[in-house]
Amino acid sequence: MSAVASAGTSLAAPVARSPGYWSGVLRRLSRDKVAMVALVIILAIVLMAIFAPYLAPADPAKGSMLRRLRPIGTPNYPLGADELGRDMLSRLIYGARLSLIMGVTPVPIAFVIGGALGIIAGFAGGVVNTLIMRTIDVFYAFPSVLLAVALSGALGAGLGNALVSLTLVFIPPIARVAESVTTQVRGLDYIDAARASGAGALTIIRVHVLGNVLGPIFVYATSLVSVSMILASGLSFLGLGVRPPEPEWGLMLNTLRTAIYTQPLVAALPGLMIFITSVSFNMLSDGLRTAMEVK
Amino acid sequence: MLFYTAKRFVLMLPVAIGVSLVCFLLVHLAPGDPLSAVLPTDASAETQAEMRKLYGFDKPLPVQYGLWLGRVLQGDLGVSIASGRPVAGEVINAVENSLVLAAAATLIGFVLGSLLGLLGGYFRGTIIDRLSSFTAVLGVSVPHYWLGMVLVIIFSVQLNWLPATGGGPQGSDSKGLNWDYIRFLVLPAITMSVIPMGIVARTVKALVAEILNQEFVQALAAKGLTERGVFRHVIKNAAPTALAVMGLQLGYLLGGSILIETVFSWPGTGFLLNAAIFQRDLPLLQGTILVLAIFFVVLNLLVDVVQTAIDPRVQRA
Amino acid sequence: MSAFPATEDRGGPAQPLLTVRDLVKHFPVRGKGWLGKRAVVRAVDGVSFDILKGETLGIVGESGCGKSTTARLLMHLIGPDSGEMVFDGESVGDTLALSAYRRQVQMVFQDSYASLNPRLTIEDSIAFAPKVHGVPAATARARAHDLLHRVGLEPGRFAGRYPHELSGGQRQRVNIARALALEPRLVILDEAVSALDKSVEAQVLNLLQDLKRDFGLTYVFISHDLNVVRYMVDRVMVMYLGKVAEIGEGEAVFSAPAHPYTSALLASMPTMDPTRRIGEAPLSGDPPNPIDPPPGCRFHTRCRFAEAVCSTVDPALAVAGAEHRAACLMLAPGSGHGRAPAAELAA
Repeated sequence: MSAVASAGTSLAAPVARSPGYWSGVLRRLSRDKVAMVALVIILAIVLMAIFAPYLAPADPAKGSMLRRLRPIGTPNYPLGADELGRDMLSRLIYGARLSLIMGVTPVPIAFVIGGALGIIAGFAGGVVNTLIMRTIDVFYAFPSVLLAVALSGALGAGLGNALVSLTLVFIPPIARVAESVTTQVRGLDYIDAARASGAGALTIIRVHVLGNVLGPIFVYATSLVSVSMILASGLSFLGLGVRPPEPEWGLMLNTLRTAIYTQPLVAALPGLMIFITSVSFNMLSDGLRTAMEVK
Repeated sequence: MLFYTAKRFVLMLPVAIGVSLVCFLLVHLAPGDPLSAVLPTDASAETQAEMRKLYGFDKPLPVQYGLWLGRVLQGDLGVSIASGRPVAGEVINAVENSLVLAAAATLIGFVLGSLLGLLGGYFRGTIIDRLSSFTAVLGVSVPHYWLGMVLVIIFSVQLNWLPATGGGPQGSDSKGLNWDYIRFLVLPAITMSVIPMGIVARTVKALVAEILNQEFVQALAAKGLTERGVFRHVIKNAAPTALAVMGLQLGYLLGGSILIETVFSWPGTGFLLNAAIFQRDLPLLQGTILVLAIFFVVLNLLVDVVQTAIDPRVQRA
Repeated sequence: MSAFPATEDRGGPAQPLLTVRDLVKHFPVRGKGWLGKRAVVRAVDGVSFDILKGETLGIVGESGCGKSTTARLLMHLIGPDSGEMVFDGESVGDTLALSAYRRQVQMVFQDSYASLNPRLTIEDSIAFAPKVHGVPAATARARAHDLLHRVGLEPGRFAGRYPHELSGGQRQRVNIARALALEPRLVILDEAVSALDKSVEAQVLNLLQDLKRDFGLTYVFISHDLNVVRYMVDRVMVMYLGKVAEIGEGEAVFSAPAHPYTSALLASMPTMDPTRRIGEAPLSGDPPNPIDPPPGCRFHTRCRFAEAVCSTVDPALAVAGAEHRAACLMLAPGSGHGRAPAAELAA
């Protein structure tokens, strides 16, 4: 018994460390050209949103009744003017702010709440699992667009209510993924080994469960950002999100709807921005998933 | 099989009850009084109390839910506050229109998606595969309401081939297989088909790749089975899952049609929802959402049962 | 410097390290219908035995006989439905707290990959348990390195690696080191070498023998490989359908099996000795369904010597020799079986 004890007095010698799992994932992801292009586009849009006041050539709120619906290429209006004569380029640049906030924030919040619910349900099993997952099932029974519209419609229009609705929409799918991954991990021998060592549930979750389930849940959540962007702008498009005259791509698309007969290219621009952002998030998420699949 | 169906049905009931509860509570989530939208602002306190009593809003919530559920089970979804007509009738009309649109979109999306998926899975690693995945990604990332606008710009405004909006020729009720009606359906259906197309393509591609990798298929190929024979095998094995995905997509489209119906002014459930939200017609909102959600739950059950009938291996506990 | 309070021997060498009495574990299985009666798998159905200090007790039997459930019960990974365990004189979960018990009993699992957290380095995996018990991180790490050295893995090379970078044999050495990190007195080896190549298996078996001697360990060695069991154990317990069929000194059981099931198992052992080759399969068919085990002696459906009485009377363990017991009516005096010795005259 004392053989181990007496030999282990000196401190451990330095060891050759293998690169960890996540550094491998980052290395593989950085070699994925498509994902890197997507990342650059996303970073550009984020920077555009942050530095909007410096980048925008004009005031996005200042209109002119004399310059309504100007085509692309009009002097001083490189991307034309909207139905109230406001500069489209400036509105598109400023629009990135609210569009990103509305589209992206619901996912990390839902990731934390849904992930926690799913991990607790998966690790606890039994009655706790039934209670959590059957409640989740009820919300999962609504198609996502319907649930988002129904909640926003009931709560009333506005940025805050739209964020709440979108978050509620994404909690159930994330919780389901979290629960299924956690249930899988919980059945593995290393969890039994940890229990046999006398560790408590919280310690086991922290050291042995989280490290193995957060990755898959995270990848799944990133794939939802693209959906969230479309849904968020969709709510604004319906008049359930941001209120005019704030610049937001979905709302701009809505107010320019009647302009498709006079200035079709200008009217389609806000949607193009949503499309580009959404595709980029999707490509990055795909790349991340591929990079994480290798053991 | 019969037993499995019965078991699935019983398991569905709590979800259906939960769904009804959520729909019921939606109205009470709304800020302010459900009646405030229709009552004139100068209505006297007595009138308000009378109306509240008329609609049953004066009773405690659980009692209201019980009464409401009882009426719903008899097919009574209440009366639209805005139009004064029964909600059930309005919803059924709208569901019919939405179903036509969603079914057409699912069909188009399924055919195109399967094609893309089969090509991608079959020519794995080639340029065809990459093109097909790229198309599929575009399909799931495009804001479909915007795509609808773009299609309208191209085919209605510029080329003037198809009508931009509407649910059929003015003043006629002729729905059916005639061009006068179908031309109104083409653009919204194609727009909507993009959603299931991307998802079906991904699923089919994964299935084909997996099946081609399975040992029995490789054994068949090694035994000298022709390309066509292998292909038939792939189709036979991929069909159940692909069909299940298609069934679920139909439900998603029916529930998610609001954006596209708004773009095209298609007189379906989405249009109805839109009207209900902006007129704050809560009974109509509640009724429409309930019908759509229950439809989705039942569809889920059907897909499950049919899938099990085709392929007993997928039986879920 | 041991980080833990001394776990000194209390009852002396004569007191068993662990006494197991009437251990029962039934698993409910989904019945055929909502109204159907709840079916149970009688995985472990009234098992009693002692584990002596310093010995290696083998547990053998076909798959599904309850070996692994017994291991998990001993480890308290699952709670028993009923039964009692006494560890060195103290009742587990009663006078001996579960946490204190767990520190003294550790386990090595069959699947070397599934039993290591893929996201932790080897040293973190081994140091986890000591840290849980309050050992400072640096000390725990030093202990991990020392243990790696003891199981034949150079710490400088292996401590910072991840499980997937190691071979199966190396991973199982890590698992052994991890089990020893809490300085246990009893180690349960549940098919610990079954998944390894034969050459690697021999090395790991020798390592286990060395560690046992150096650390004064007691082993429970569970395996379906009778050759390995014969090489490793002092005593052996044969299980059949959740019950003990035979228990005794290893050599006694292997050379003179008293239970027909043990004889059949031994006869089915692959052997290199041509004189021992057998013509027909001694054990035919699969074991009966443990949800609905046969009445009386559970082995009677496959037993060459089965008589009418075997399907009605459930045999208790009867004396088959010195420290050697078997649950067979042929050994029980006056049991009614044709081959049983006559009942002793009442004294």
